[in-house]
Amino acid sequence: MNNIIASTVVKARELTAEEIKEIEHEKTHYPYTQAVGLEALKIVQKYQGWVSDESLLAVAKYLEIAPDELEGVATFFNMIFRRPVGKHVILLCDSVACWMLGCDSLQGHITKNLGIEYGETTKDDMFTLLPVPCLGACDKSPVMMIGRETYTHLTAEKIDQAIAHYRDGTPVDQDLE
Amino acid sequence: MVKITVDGKVLEVDENNNLLEEVLSQGEDLPYFCWHPSMGSVGSCRQCAVIEYANDEDERGRLNMACMTSPREGGRYSIEKAGQFRAQAIESIMINHPHDCPVCEEGGECHLQDMTVMSGHTYRRYEGKKKTHTNQYLGPFINHEMNRCITCYRCVRYYNDYAGGTDFGPQASHDNTYFGRWQEGPLESEFSGNLAEVCPTGVFTDKPFGKQYVRKWDLQTAPSICTGCSVGCNTNPGERYGTLRRVVNRFNDEVNGYFLCDRGRFGTGYVNSDERITVSMTRASSDADPHLASPDEAMSQLHVMAVDAIGIGSPRASMEANFALRDLVGKDNFYAGVSANDLAMGQQILDIYRNRPVNVASIKVIEGSDAVIVLGEDVTNTAARIALALRQSVKNLGKKMARDMKLPDWHDAAVRQLTMDRKSPLFILSPHATRLDDVAANVHISSAEESARIGFAIANAIDSSAPAVKGLSKEEKSLVDTMADALKNAQQPLVVCGTGSFSPALIDAAANIATALQDGDKKANLAMVVPEANSLGLALLMNGSDQSLDQAMSLVADGDAKSAVVLENDLYRRAPADAVDSFVNALDNLAVLDSTQTRTGEAANLVIAAGTFAESSGTFINYEARAQHFYSVFKPKDSIRASVKWLSDQKLSEITAACASSITDCGGMANLTPGEDFNVAGMKVPRQQHRYSGRTAMRADINVHEPKQEQDEDGILSYSMEGVPATRDATVFNTAWSGGWNSNQSVFKFQSHTGGALKQASHGQCLIENNSKTKTWNEIEKDNAPEGDFAVFPLYHLFGSEELTARTPAIQEKATSAYIALNGDDAQKLGLQASDGVALEHNGSVPFIIRSSIKPGTVGVPVGLEGVNFRNLPDGIALEKASSWTAPEKWHAANIIASDRASSEGEA
Repeated sequence: MNNIIASTVVKARELTAEEIKEIEHEKTHYPYTQAVGLEALKIVQKYQGWVSDESLLAVAKYLEIAPDELEGVATFFNMIFRRPVGKHVILLCDSVACWMLGCDSLQGHITKNLGIEYGETTKDDMFTLLPVPCLGACDKSPVMMIGRETYTHLTAEKIDQAIAHYRDGTPVDQDLE
Repeated sequence: MVKITVDGKVLEVDENNNLLEEVLSQGEDLPYFCWHPSMGSVGSCRQCAVIEYANDEDERGRLNMACMTSPREGGRYSIEKAGQFRAQAIESIMINHPHDCPVCEEGGECHLQDMTVMSGHTYRRYEGKKKTHTNQYLGPFINHEMNRCITCYRCVRYYNDYAGGTDFGPQASHDNTYFGRWQEGPLESEFSGNLAEVCPTGVFTDKPFGKQYVRKWDLQTAPSICTGCSVGCNTNPGERYGTLRRVVNRFNDEVNGYFLCDRGRFGTGYVNSDERITVSMTRASSDADPHLASPDEAMSQLHVMAVDAIGIGSPRASMEANFALRDLVGKDNFYAGVSANDLAMGQQILDIYRNRPVNVASIKVIEGSDAVIVLGEDVTNTAARIALALRQSVKNLGKKMARDMKLPDWHDAAVRQLTMDRKSPLFILSPHATRLDDVAANVHISSAEESARIGFAIANAIDSSAPAVKGLSKEEKSLVDTMADALKNAQQPLVVCGTGSFSPALIDAAANIATALQDGDKKANLAMVVPEANSLGLALLMNGSDQSLDQAMSLVADGDAKSAVVLENDLYRRAPADAVDSFVNALDNLAVLDSTQTRTGEAANLVIAAGTFAESSGTFINYEARAQHFYSVFKPKDSIRASVKWLSDQKLSEITAACASSITDCGGMANLTPGEDFNVAGMKVPRQQHRYSGRTAMRADINVHEPKQEQDEDGILSYSMEGVPATRDATVFNTAWSGGWNSNQSVFKFQSHTGGALKQASHGQCLIENNSKTKTWNEIEKDNAPEGDFAVFPLYHLFGSEELTARTPAIQEKATSAYIALNGDDAQKLGLQASDGVALEHNGSVPFIIRSSIKPGTVGVPVGLEGVNFRNLPDGIALEKASSWTAPEKWHAANIIASDRASSEGEA
């Protein structure tokens, strides 16, 4: 890109071979590299857990797009993390249906047990708690997601089990599902 | 045209424009934010809502955004009925907007204030916390206050989409939306200042103005012309308490339109500088102590001295000042204050404009061109407004694609989506990468001589009667064919060249291409950039005479002249330093009229305090030979006078008339103002607004008696608030203001059609009328390869190369001192490490940078930067590593506008 003039002290990190391989694969799907921006950020996040300034700059350089343009994409999507998150991200739905069925008190429960408010990460970097507008399962609310797993008809007990599962592998009681 | 009904009124409107533009053009008040005449519509702010009725029976209608609506024949609309919706839209916009108008720089000229009042929304019901943001440091020009943002997206659409910036953008979403850089730092675009005018509220404001702020209505203003380069953008500078506070754009549809470059907007701080010459000084000889000369004393000394003196004019002084000097010393004793080569190039351009079958291109014409070739001129740095226009020219393919699909071209987002990265062709031939490369179809790195050869070959490929070029490589031939085809197939081809390369051959080549493109009534557009605000004017004024600075110097060296009067000119910027030294030493008397201290002034025994553009009136002639009048903004203290007032006791209008009648092609100069008898209701046109405050109080700390208003002997405008404020019609278009429209958006009230020409005010007069249909050709001249290891080419800097703007603090923050630019291999061969300096012949030692685009065996040397005199250098030089070297303090490599920096190595 012609117009990029290094104007900051942030230096791009080297993308890993896996990251490059997957980004290259995505590039074959689109006529313009700008279009690959979001996918590339997801790839980087998959390997790094989040998108640091160094990663953002690396992707921008690799795709030859301005970091400002990529930052626009990265910050627009709330599932691209521009700050470090814990190993597991708890996405607790706080939209209307879940709110009516008591997601506030569930959040209170999580906060009490893990010591984290919305947007915070536990000291051991295991969990980050984030609100999410809707998980598309309003008929089974309250709902939350950890990793790729959706937890429906949430109760405090269910949350405790899920957290224990992610902390030390304790199996989740299927009866609660 | 179609007939529509708006609130019962029948209007005839153009169906090719959007409804908003059309109802505004009919004088209706319809609020808007995101729409801009230069940027089209995206329909994001929901402020220009109207009710559109399906038919005559329909009483409910539906809401439509006027900016996204094409007027249809028989269409029935209501502005009034959508009023409640618009008020609600404003109320929601205002939820996060702070109530900080009293401390906001935008207050009093805020489009958001105007629209809020217009919408009728007066009481805010929202009681929650407002969203707040962290602001960014965006460099010396623009202040950032994100809390005021109403997310209309105009900034992004201007900065990125219109001006091609890449270091700015929108971030996040909904009430968290943020407009800024991904990390804070100076904005990189050379046109960042327009953000202050594009933003409808106070998110982006003029930072230097903020440091010496007054409200819009407290500024004394006048229509002026930018002196930053040869484009001659129309400006509206404002003064308060004797200091120039800011410059804003003054609309001229043919020249600058709505936008200025940052040199023009932020480069006038030198008017208030400590380096100003505020009193005239005299001394018996050049080694005696100077003493203060009263204005009368200075005047009489100057006129005694002038009796047997030669006069040296200036390309940065007005036509009138140059003409008055010419009159004072006698025509035969008047010399252009530029080198023989510079003068010859100016006259060469005039000859081309007069006699070749070409159309001299205004900025508006440049924007409309659909295939462009730029020969050797780094327009971003020598005539930035042209670069912004070229960025628009490449969008014409997209507009054509849209028209072919019956998509209106104001439909901005749709047109961009349709176009993607397809562009009208722009070809650049230059010895180095340029800022415009990102929109260019082809960038060919070549020296001026090589570019000239390619240019001649293109002309020959278009029209075989043009002289042919021998010995082109296969690669060059295919390049020539590509460019020739694109230019030939274009409807509006444009050739851009100029004096920047110091190459008459290149100018000839450009003329040949433009000539070759003429076909019957179809003429190619041609723009020839010249260095300074009045360079072409000076060439005109010489009226065919070749009396240059070189000739004046040899005259003095031969002892045939003993006195010289130098007008607004630092000769050390025009000729090698030792030649100027011998010139000034050989003189018995040297009078220098200037506004700021220069090396030439230091050698003088009479220095006369001259006014800057802000304290003078006159005519400048721009690169297209367009004559434009500028009015003085304020009256300086008595010891400072406009040069023309020192040189002549005639009225300005008499000097203008004499110049117009005695200089070939200058006749049009006589019609630029409505004449000194012009009045509105018996009063002159006021420089101050009718709301100008504190008139009786502002000098009360000195004397409670209100002084008499300053008089303007030149008529037309008065230094006063007495008079009739122009609200819709303005023969002399000063500050744009209209009832209910306090911001610069009010300009549409003065336009015959929104976004189009002003109803009455002058947009200047193109002096050269050219009806030539005869093709004549220049033959290619054999050039001599330069001696020495490195061929020198000039590098220009928007911030730093121009003499006066370089003395402005904000510009200095973006400038650098001297350096040279090299190819990486050459640097290695010279054994240069990052922190080394390079010994430059006749110039001492300078730092270097590596630019990957530069060819081996060539070296770029800056023109006009502190610490290097380009004029000292021959065409070819030797370079070597400097022994014992420390980088100068003002060396800021990061400020160099170059897209091809090999690495950040070598930066201080």
